[in-house]
Amino acid sequence: MIQFFNMLLIGIGAGSIYALMAIAMVLVWRSTRVINFAQAGMALLSTYIGFELVQKTGNFWIALPLAMVLGALFSALVEILLIRTLIKHSTSGPVAGIVPIIATLGLLGLIRACIGMIWGNQDIQIQPPLSKVGFKIGEETIALSPMNLLVLLAVLGMVVILGFIFQKTSLGLSLRASAYSPEIAQLAGIRVGAIRTIGWAIAGAAGAAAGLLQTVNGTGAVSPDSLEFSLLLTFGFIAAVIGGLESLPGAVLGAVVLGLVLAVVQIYISGTLVFIVAFALLLLVLLVRPQGFIGVKAGRRA
Amino acid sequence: MSLIVKDLIVDHGAIRAISGVSFTVETGKLSAVIGANGAGKSTLLRTLSGLNKAAEGTAHWGEHNLLHGKPESHVRSGVSHVSEGKSVVAELTVEENLDLGALWRRNKKEAAETKQQVIELFPRLGERLSQRADTLSGGERQMLAIGRALMSKPNLLLLDEPSLGLAPLVIEQIFQTIRGIVDSMGMTVVLVEQNAMGALKIADTAVVLNLGSVATSGSAADLIADPAVRAAYLGY
Amino acid sequence: MLKKHPLVGFALFGVVLFLLSNRVDELRVFQGATVAIYVIAIASIILLTGYSGQVSLGHGALLAIGGYAAALARIHWGAPVWLTFCIAVLAAALGGYLLGLAAARLSGPYLAGTTLALAIGLPSIANQFPLFGGEQGLLYDIGMPPASLGEDFTQYKWYFWISSLAALISIYWLRNVMNSRYGRNWKAVRGNDVAAELAGINVGRNKVLAFTVSAGLAGLAGALLAMTISTVSPGAFPLALSFSLATGAVLSGVTTLGGVMIGAVTLVAIPEIVDTVVHRFETSENIANNLPGLLVSTLLILTVLFVPNGPVEQMRARHEKRAKR
Repeated sequence: MIQFFNMLLIGIGAGSIYALMAIAMVLVWRSTRVINFAQAGMALLSTYIGFELVQKTGNFWIALPLAMVLGALFSALVEILLIRTLIKHSTSGPVAGIVPIIATLGLLGLIRACIGMIWGNQDIQIQPPLSKVGFKIGEETIALSPMNLLVLLAVLGMVVILGFIFQKTSLGLSLRASAYSPEIAQLAGIRVGAIRTIGWAIAGAAGAAAGLLQTVNGTGAVSPDSLEFSLLLTFGFIAAVIGGLESLPGAVLGAVVLGLVLAVVQIYISGTLVFIVAFALLLLVLLVRPQGFIGVKAGRRA
Repeated sequence: MSLIVKDLIVDHGAIRAISGVSFTVETGKLSAVIGANGAGKSTLLRTLSGLNKAAEGTAHWGEHNLLHGKPESHVRSGVSHVSEGKSVVAELTVEENLDLGALWRRNKKEAAETKQQVIELFPRLGERLSQRADTLSGGERQMLAIGRALMSKPNLLLLDEPSLGLAPLVIEQIFQTIRGIVDSMGMTVVLVEQNAMGALKIADTAVVLNLGSVATSGSAADLIADPAVRAAYLGY
Repeated sequence: MLKKHPLVGFALFGVVLFLLSNRVDELRVFQGATVAIYVIAIASIILLTGYSGQVSLGHGALLAIGGYAAALARIHWGAPVWLTFCIAVLAAALGGYLLGLAAARLSGPYLAGTTLALAIGLPSIANQFPLFGGEQGLLYDIGMPPASLGEDFTQYKWYFWISSLAALISIYWLRNVMNSRYGRNWKAVRGNDVAAELAGINVGRNKVLAFTVSAGLAGLAGALLAMTISTVSPGAFPLALSFSLATGAVLSGVTTLGGVMIGAVTLVAIPEIVDTVVHRFETSENIANNLPGLLVSTLLILTVLFVPNGPVEQMRARHEKRAKR
């Protein structure tokens, strides 16, 4: 019984990290209609910056928000340099749909190479700010540590804040309108370009949080080639798709579902099958219910 | 303030969509732009609102140069464009669509007042504020689109085929409403329409476009009486 | 004359390669073999993306299938080399067929993301089942060149010959397929699949067919790749390989077969260039290790932004524009 409960906790814990990544991807999708494969790379960069900040300030709680701010700035920079160029030079013809995808992939490679050049390809360590030892219920230690709890609260907090921004503020309305119908938004006087940059900035902050939290929640080690970031990239995307790319709560739900499924596979079957199961789940959702669990619209012609 | 367009030339890739169009609309008047499909009517409006780029020529709304700058900036100079087809954001509610038009406005109190005015003009919208825009009927959607445009407190309204796909009774209502906006608010309106008769009946002046250039223009009454226009566009 | 009889052109090119291979040193010969392999792999992507409009970021996985199939056939059945290549093609084609069935329903970024997930996930299967030899992988030895070619004929030359011959045959065959009814159908699907469907082309079947053929070619490339390093292992088919191939395809000009050499040569040239740079200036290890990645990524971004249809297509378009005046 306790193992089942632990498995739940592990699943939700992992899922919450993927949720942050998924949120970042959904944010970019909703504000720009681009799937940013470089999101994990940008999160990686933010993590390294966080590492530097922890070294300099010795305090994780200062480093985290600062890294998020810097992540936001970097993300905005990418939007201005890369995405606007993409839009300006957008071609028609057969490759048109592929160009943004390849461009963000190129960016991913570029970021990884730069990180390797500056910091090297070896692992760096970030000390977790909270204990990773599980809470005790009576005699048993459950798979929930203060660190895990922090992550869960952080994700919850972000979802609430972002949900509020999107649904209840003028900024959120601008963001949504610019994503759904950029032309109408322009005609309504919204500075669509600036709004898009803001959307990317928010996504950058979310990604930074995802990267840092995932690192300290795990082994504390990170490197450009690390498995964790391939995981983050893939599972963030898969989680976003499962939840339906259109909604933030959907992304979180998708991530939790993914986390739980993978926890089951990991504990009861075998750890190495994790990727394949995730892949199978992705395929299943895309083929059976392409709009994801929460999504309303049908039709997946991106 | 007048809308003055001179020798406008707009290209669509290799095709010259508008070749040397000139016309003027005096303040507070409704000018209809009619012509067959593909005559360049929509392109004209899109160029005036900043969505398309002009190759040559000039277009001014008062002092404001319409051919320079992004659409967002023209809105701030009082130009509001209701584009052809789906000019509402389907995924947003009616109220959100209206609010959209006023987001850029600094004075929130005035914006709220404008919303009240728009709801008075289109009571049906007032009944459906929290519904998603894609649950509205065609006529209601058109009202919402015009309402959204009015929320920007424009003084130049560019309307692209508001009657498209609507039932005759609804078309009549919409046209009456448009004429009402001109009369009561002193709005200057450029009304692009395929429904030539309906447009001419409520217009003060009119321009007939054919294959990208002005075939004829003048007061609406003159054009209704013009035999060539009647034969080509009015069906009798 | 060459345009009318492409077979002659290909044969001539083959002779030129043969002559060249006798003049250059072992390293160049090995690189030549790698170029030939990349030519096949990039051509497979051009077929899939440029001709039928489907994005795959997971071709590395298809190469892996081919490589492993060839190695297993050789080890467990002692199959002759040419047969292992055929098996590689078939195995990868089967994988492509299955993937294509799923892919036909996906579009754009969803397809990209799914194939990306495959590229990341598939190598991990090797670690799961001992049949695949785990991290170390399996041995794939095609044996020494036949004695009839003389004593001076090195192992690498043999690889080069096999790869080049395979590449020449593949490209020639692919060219014919692209110009055939199938190629035209694929182009129609790529342009506008709704219109194609209305024109009577079975879009789904054509997409799957494109995926299958593309995968088969990729499998061949995978087997050849395994041949040159005499092993198959998960490490031989990393995610970076899929990225490199996609880059090579974009550099070549994804929509046409003509520029496929450009991409292949660039991919092989970049590590070379980096090596030279590193030895000239004493750079740190970090920079040396990551410079190839940096160059490839930058090249990719610049190309896809400013020359998205590839240099060959760009020049052709400019040529046509000039001709029209």
